[in-house]
Amino acid sequence: MPVIVPESVESALAALAAFPDATVLAGGTDLMVEVNDGRRSLARVVAVGRVPELADIRVDDATVVIGAATTFARLELDPVARLVPALALAARTVGSPQIRNAATIGGNLATASPAGDALPVLVALGASVEIAGMYGRRLIPIAEFFTGPKRSVLEVGDLVVAVRVPIRRGPQDYLKVGVRNAMVIAVASLAIAVDLDRQRVGIGLGSVGPTALDAPEACSWVAARARWRGDGVEVTDDDVVEFGERVTDAARPIDDHRGTAQYRRHAVGVMARRALRRCTG
Amino acid sequence: MSEMYVLRVNGDEHGVADAWLGESLLYVLRERLGFPGAKAGCEQGECGSCSVFVDTTLVCACLVLAAAAVDSEITTLEGLQPGERGAVTDVQRAFVETGAVQCGFCTPGLIMAVHALLDADPEPTDLAVREAISGNLCRCTGYGRILEAVEVAVDARRGAVG
Ligand SMILES: Cc1cc2nc3c(=O)[nH]c(=O)nc-3n(C[C@H](O)[C@H](O)[C@H](O)COP(=O)(O)OP(=O)(O)OC[C@H]3O[C@@H](n4cnc5c(N)ncnc54)[C@H](O)[C@@H]3O)c2cc1C
Ligand code: FES
Ligand code: FES
Repeated sequence: MPVIVPESVESALAALAAFPDATVLAGGTDLMVEVNDGRRSLARVVAVGRVPELADIRVDDATVVIGAATTFARLELDPVARLVPALALAARTVGSPQIRNAATIGGNLATASPAGDALPVLVALGASVEIAGMYGRRLIPIAEFFTGPKRSVLEVGDLVVAVRVPIRRGPQDYLKVGVRNAMVIAVASLAIAVDLDRQRVGIGLGSVGPTALDAPEACSWVAARARWRGDGVEVTDDDVVEFGERVTDAARPIDDHRGTAQYRRHAVGVMARRALRRCTG
Repeated sequence: MSEMYVLRVNGDEHGVADAWLGESLLYVLRERLGFPGAKAGCEQGECGSCSVFVDTTLVCACLVLAAAAVDSEITTLEGLQPGERGAVTDVQRAFVETGAVQCGFCTPGLIMAVHALLDADPEPTDLAVREAISGNLCRCTGYGRILEAVEVAVDARRGAVG
């Protein structure tokens, strides 16, 4: 059978173990571009889109567990997914309706592009990735999932099962810079998540480094400077400006066909200031 | 080479034999099954001219692996036509009436996208319309008449209901 459509994670893993030359297919929005271009040939396909566990979204202990085959269209609107508002905002910026209807969060993770729009949000919130493989299941913190541009800890025979995203009380946002509002790969992007209960700020940066990046120094600095109230947080105008500079220092951008490193650094500063202003006051 | 498989297109079953595994749904629809409604523009998800419904969801047929679309209900532009040959849908009529069709290459994809929009949201805001067609490129019209066509289709449906 060249196309295997498993009905459980276990049967998907069995198929991947039996056929090391098999390719996992979810929404196809990355894979089929390569196939159509002749850059990738397929010996065998394991199509995981219909595995019920991968299509499930649920809340488990103050964490939203999002199945790997969840589409961005669903992340935009699903009431449980919207417990992570920055993820819903990021989902809305992906491609076009046609792309969002097919593209999945598991595919975004597995492709591991520095521009993947879900990834800065997962970094800002300290999500973890649940992977199933030949030797059972493991939970990998997002900071350890990416090993380089388009590289991750995923090995042959591994399946992303779900991503676990903590629910945080407090404002969140996602900002993305590109040449138009739709159908655009980010030139630079930024996710922010304020955690009022733990008095923390999380930042994730996209398209300004080999992988999605965090900005831990800037985040702990601003959390210490901020005035925390039960229902919000305040920062001074000067601190907003300095936060922008500190977040910019965390970026490691390069020049490419979408933009220069200098422009990207500038964009990160603008987004960091704007995001912090929107989330405070 | 992929084994023989069966696709359900516009309500009918079609066998696909001697196909290569990597063939997209767009290729199979056009080249093997004789449904030329979906157009091949970019074959990378950028232009929307290949838009079809897979189980009522609007997707780019060029990004669907055909052999994995078994057990789905596929609807192409041809499948939208109500009744006898030559009849057009309200959205198609609105496109013709407003002059939203020039070379016509983008039109089938846009018709599918507008059907998807109006079926979900019969009274879309201007922003919702623009977002709904943001994945469909048109090199000719400048989009003004397409936006007008959507308004006309909305009015027509309102009239048909009210
Ligand atoms: C026109 C266009 C516009 C786009 N715009 C954006 C954008 O704005 N933002 C953005 O982030 N991305 C964008 N993308 C890229 C793409 O849509 C995303 O990366 C998407 O999340 C990929 O998911 P998928 O389900 O389609 O993956 P697929 O193409 O099915 O798979 C991608 C890769 O991941 C592997 N894989 C998939 N699921 C799993 C799993 N569960 N476990 C292990 N491996 C798996 C596959 O083997 C393959 O190598 C765009 C793509 C196109 C064609
Ligand atoms: S041909 Fe499929 S989107 Fe262009
Ligand atoms: S009418 Fe020619 S591309 Fe739209």
